Amino acid sequence: MTLDEQTPPITTETPASQGRRASRPRPRLGIIDSDMHPTVRTIGEIKPFLSERWWRYLQSYGPRPKHGFAQGDPYPKAAPRAARRDAWGPNGAQPGSDLAFTREHYLDAYNIEFSIMAPLQPTGQADRNLDFGAAISSAVNDWQRAKWCAPEPRFKASIVIPYEDPPAAIREIERCAADPAFAQILMLARTFEPLGARKYWPIYEKAAEVGLPIGVHVFGYSGHPVTGAGWPSYYIEEMTGHAGACQAGVASLAMQGVFERIPKLKMIIIEGGFAWLAALGWRLDQHWARHRDEVPHVTRPPSETLRSHLWISTQPMEEPERAKQLLDVMGWIGFDRLLMATDYPHWDFDDPSFALPRALGPEVQKAITSGNARGVYRL
Amino acid sequence: MERHVVAKAGDIPPGERKLVTVRGREIALFNVDGDYLAILNRCPHQGGSLCRGKLVGLVEADGPGTYRYQRKGEIVRCPWHGWEFDLRTGKSYCDPARTWVTSYATSVERGAHMQEGPFVAETFEVKVEEDYVVIEV
Repeated sequence: MTLDEQTPPITTETPASQGRRASRPRPRLGIIDSDMHPTVRTIGEIKPFLSERWWRYLQSYGPRPKHGFAQGDPYPKAAPRAARRDAWGPNGAQPGSDLAFTREHYLDAYNIEFSIMAPLQPTGQADRNLDFGAAISSAVNDWQRAKWCAPEPRFKASIVIPYEDPPAAIREIERCAADPAFAQILMLARTFEPLGARKYWPIYEKAAEVGLPIGVHVFGYSGHPVTGAGWPSYYIEEMTGHAGACQAGVASLAMQGVFERIPKLKMIIIEGGFAWLAALGWRLDQHWARHRDEVPHVTRPPSETLRSHLWISTQPMEEPERAKQLLDVMGWIGFDRLLMATDYPHWDFDDPSFALPRALGPEVQKAITSGNARGVYRL
Repeated sequence: MERHVVAKAGDIPPGERKLVTVRGREIALFNVDGDYLAILNRCPHQGGSLCRGKLVGLVEADGPGTYRYQRKGEIVRCPWHGWEFDLRTGKSYCDPARTWVTSYATSVERGAHMQEGPFVAETFEVKVEEDYVVIEV
């Protein structure tokens, strides 16, 4: 119930105040972060990776998502650029845009062993001009390698694909897959058709063939609202709505039998929370048991299939009143399915040292913060 | 209880803040209209640095269309998830009984007086003729 005022700068830094977390121990174990968002300082950073034609197009026409707010966000974020207020770099560098600052403020501060980058802006994904979208995706992939991975091997890139144009998406996977800088292939959750639709199978087949998992991050520019019931009014509804959008995607993957058809496919659901996955598995199993003649291609209880093909990121962490309830939920999903994510530099960041309940014990903590990731990503 | 000299009074103008370290603890020290208010620099939720937070006020409403914006600059909002704490008490706005951050008593003392009391000055040369902010820990 407060209004914003200007944030004054910190006046002085005494020697004793140096080191952002002098009073807290650094985590002993290296973290593999399944969700970090790099961005450009200015759009000119991707110019070297675009042809003259598409650079001019970007300048003249800009992105064309299938919903409004092409230059901004459909909902006001909790903070400028949806970012932690302490994540702005030197000289006003946007959060997640300055390599040296991000290294110190994020990689070093949280002892990140590998950071799986998920660029969100710009990406060209689902742009209405398919060729333009494909060109931007390619440029962003080259930009990730050049700006982040080459100077800092702890950063791992995602192959951003124009998934609404599967042949172009496959070409992009083929162009990039041999480079070990790429750890996964990146899609967004709100595709034109539900994630399991036949249209996307060739992308999934190619992913399995090259041995890269598909990360599915929340949001999307399909024009579909975050809920199945229309565009909600408030940012809080968008934040909570992601879980619903993800459930629709996971149910589609399960009922289309995508994982039965492509046994080597691995997928990761990113930033949609995770508590819902347990209940979704129960519900799918229940209906599948009763109506399995509708989907004869689904040969196993859906929750069983999901447990061997699907991983889910921990952020934003579920925060029930009693920590014990969180342990139960994690156990229902499977401790081996959970991947630590910080969402740095966004405001709803989870700190790996504090977000997970201590009662998990060191072995499970290690699995969630790095061990599980080693089995999913190409690192 | 020890009293620690942490800053020259003139170092922190009204509306600004300083991060200080006392016996290994990071403490965020704010000057709110001449009052020095000190809290632990660690959000109880996930540990965000409160010294990097935005200073805000409190909006109270009796009903739709009427509201009062008061206590301007007396509430800090964590730079991460936006938890808000009253700088005067350390209590959160939304859950004061259970979610709070340690706050510390402060005072402003003249350098001349300090030679008499049990003060600890870790990083300062204290001069007789100047004023200093003192935190009790």
